[in-house]
Amino acid sequence: MAFNSADISAFKDIWVFCEQRNGVLMNTDFELVSEARKLANERGSKLVGVLLGHNVEGLAKQLGGYGADKVLVCDHPELEVYTTDAYAKVLCDAAMELKPEVILLGASNIGRDLGPRCAARLNTGLTADCTHLDIDMNNYVDFLEKSSTLDLSNTKFDMEDTNLKMTRPAFGGHLMATIICPRFRPCMSTVRPGVMKKAPFSQEMSDKCVVEKYDVKLAKDDIKTQVLDVVKEAKKMVDLIGADVIVSVGRGIGKDIKKGIELAEQLTEAFGGGVVGGSRVTIDSGWLSADHQVGQTGKTVHPKVYVALGISGAIQHKAGMQDSELIIAVNKDETAPIFEIADYGITGDLFKVVPLMIEALNEARASK
Amino acid sequence: MRIYVCVKQVPDTSGVVAVNPDGTLNRASMQTIINPDDLSAMEQALVLKDATGCQVTAVTMGPPPAEGMLRELLAMGADDAVLISAREFGGSDTFATSQIISAAINHLGVGKDDMIFCGRQAIDGDTAQVGPQIAEKLNLPQVSYAAEIEKVGNDVTVKRMLEDGYMKIKVQTPCLITCISDKEKKARYMTLNGINHCYEKPFTLLNFEALKDEPLIELDKIGLKGSPTNIFKSFTPPVKGVGVMLEGADKKTAETLANILLEKHVI
Repeated sequence: MAFNSADISAFKDIWVFCEQRNGVLMNTDFELVSEARKLANERGSKLVGVLLGHNVEGLAKQLGGYGADKVLVCDHPELEVYTTDAYAKVLCDAAMELKPEVILLGASNIGRDLGPRCAARLNTGLTADCTHLDIDMNNYVDFLEKSSTLDLSNTKFDMEDTNLKMTRPAFGGHLMATIICPRFRPCMSTVRPGVMKKAPFSQEMSDKCVVEKYDVKLAKDDIKTQVLDVVKEAKKMVDLIGADVIVSVGRGIGKDIKKGIELAEQLTEAFGGGVVGGSRVTIDSGWLSADHQVGQTGKTVHPKVYVALGISGAIQHKAGMQDSELIIAVNKDETAPIFEIADYGITGDLFKVVPLMIEALNEARASK
Repeated sequence: MRIYVCVKQVPDTSGVVAVNPDGTLNRASMQTIINPDDLSAMEQALVLKDATGCQVTAVTMGPPPAEGMLRELLAMGADDAVLISAREFGGSDTFATSQIISAAINHLGVGKDDMIFCGRQAIDGDTAQVGPQIAEKLNLPQVSYAAEIEKVGNDVTVKRMLEDGYMKIKVQTPCLITCISDKEKKARYMTLNGINHCYEKPFTLLNFEALKDEPLIELDKIGLKGSPTNIFKSFTPPVKGVGVMLEGADKKTAETLANILLEKHVI
């Protein structure tokens, strides 16, 4: 029987594509499985981890420990290293045969390559880089009440609705949007790494997890690309995620970029060490390399101290840093949205204010 | 050999942003720019044109004013430009968009030596989905997140970036590649000669009539109504608990802040 993505009632189960590199699962896999466990409970359906690779069966039980009822292991020599063609064929073959209602993928450079290819083949929609997911409408309404400025008193919601409600920053990150895919299945979504919370590992759930082998049908001809080499770069990592202090710069350093970045570096030192980050404009303009980017397109960070220098604070940027423990903002424009989430704000020219801050911090630390 | 470069005109979301009363973006009031990753794709194509003399075709889907962007790309060195524009195409999600663009490219023809370059993602949607979806519809191999592209005969070697390194991937034409921006490789400027001649270069408008019978288009899956994904709600997040705006911007202000941080044991 031909696969028909519009035959909604034929689809069940929630799938998580579990990415491994070099036989090691990604942290995002555990985040996604943990989140999908909640969705599966809301829907009353089964949670299946889908694991592609070669000699990877041993990883399956780990996924069980975070909530997978079952892990579908797709093992084949041609799946050892990621190729779009091989992975898309196996994931789509399995999805066409077993008809999951939901497929979640991590929004990594690989998930964002595989997801759209598969969604196009499966004739269904895909929502990129989601930061919040709901199935149960009660939970979704609770989420809106907490996380939006919408007045819901006159809004009627269909409480029976079982669509996956996929929320993400939209329109360049100035708004949040909840996307649904009501007429086709599976509902597909890539999920932003670092956003969903990893559940504690449960040995009991791990033991109960069923590991099933999927019969992979793959021929050399199916793969039109050839991976010549995989190189791990030993470049100096910009460790935004692990940093306790992040000083980020934005458009405001434009009049003297070099000086602005220098000041940011000196300010991290005045805090006792940290990492320099940047808003999107600093990366798009080539002022900083991409690994410095904080925000929806860059990294999601939650340091102890986040200092925003000359950053206006679009949702796109806030999405990546608003959970920082303490936020300090310096901006010339007193109406800049960054001040709405800052614990401490200073209206002023960063080129004048930051040297004073460095001096004051150094003095304060010396006086301890 | 022909390289199609898919480009998008996007609102400059890093500038001043206007929001309509209904919560949608007021695009009309915003500056538009060529999407940065797409500009990088164009530059990569023009580098190959410099080396091989191949034809470079700029393709965009958008409202009629997108013609201005295409003229700029012609002035940079593209040989011809294609504007896909119709009311019926408006409001398309990535699935519907890729269907329309792949139908247009199929309509123009993809030869054995040809390639399609896209930007990795556009700054207004940040999905990175249209490129791979076009590749799937056209049944072409894809390589995304490309930082470097080399071509020898029909063999194309791509440096494909990962979070923790890169892959070297060999692929044969015809294929689709999505390009990332690289601060070392800035797109070239328009030349004076290019600007003088950009209105003389071939310019094709593909409207609904031109594409509606293309086999790759399913008419019930295009536009706002046909798109598989719909916006259920859009909203702005609430403002976090009010913070403290410190007075002034002088030495005293800096000291006040330092003292607060000291008291809070932040430093």
